Amino acid sequence: MTLELLRIDDRLIHGQVVVGWGQPCEIGFFVLVDDAIAAAEWEQELYRMGTPPEMAIEFVTVDQAVQRLAQYQADPRVGMLLTGDIETMDRLTAASPGLRQVTIGGLHMKPGRVQRMRYVFLSPAEQALLQAMVARGLTVVAQDVPSAPVTSLDEVLRGDGTA
Amino acid sequence: MMMSERRAAVVAGHGRFAEGIISAVAQVMGEGHGLVAVTNADRTPEGIEQAIREALDRTGATVLFTDLPAGSCTFVGARLARSIPALHVVTGTSLPMLLSFVAGGTLEKVVEQAQAGIRVLGEGR
Repeated sequence: MTLELLRIDDRLIHGQVVVGWGQPCEIGFFVLVDDAIAAAEWEQELYRMGTPPEMAIEFVTVDQAVQRLAQYQADPRVGMLLTGDIETMDRLTAASPGLRQVTIGGLHMKPGRVQRMRYVFLSPAEQALLQAMVARGLTVVAQDVPSAPVTSLDEVLRGDGTA
Repeated sequence: MMMSERRAAVVAGHGRFAEGIISAVAQVMGEGHGLVAVTNADRTPEGIEQAIREALDRTGATVLFTDLPAGSCTFVGARLARSIPALHVVTGTSLPMLLSFVAGGTLEKVVEQAQAGIRVLGEGR
């Protein structure tokens, strides 16, 4: 499987992703799964502008991502798939039984969310969605950059934002 | 010596980048530089946009300096520039760049001086 990481990050493509993960992991392609951005040419251009030329980027809807998953996994390059929220990743993984692990890379402060880690804030509904993913057999962890420890969902949900 | 014209700009980036680089400007040029710091730390893209927009409104600045071309502040700035035609977003911000801006340089001059400020020194280069 060459999809190195399925990452939930409300900033999608940004410094941590392109530099923090992209360079040390030699990421060859990003798959950005977002129904709205898949239909917004200007937004796509913006993300292309911020991505180094050696890293390809593809913009797809959830349905398109489900259809193309086998193609991504057969790609000889190392890939990273990104969603901007838990709900999108939940839809994707529910329709793609072969996926095994989801990583929370960054979900920041919004009304209704409680801080669990330095870079993870969750609402009760989001917490329930993550627990539903685990109940379906997925491993859910948090890790913002490659050098950071991997934190299990149980540890995340016990957190108070100090870790 | 007083600066003849005080031009405002917002500096936005990761962690304490903006706060730190503005403190360096103040050390070189003194206070009254017109630069305001915004961090992306703990903020969603919507939160970053709100913070930058508030800083632009408060200062009347039409220039946004950001740290990283692929950074969230740069993406937010590029989106803001669609709705604020007067806004210029300059990324890859360095100390020579901000010093040139505070000294009254045009954006072309600012970029030129920043590029000229990149050098590799020493025998091992």
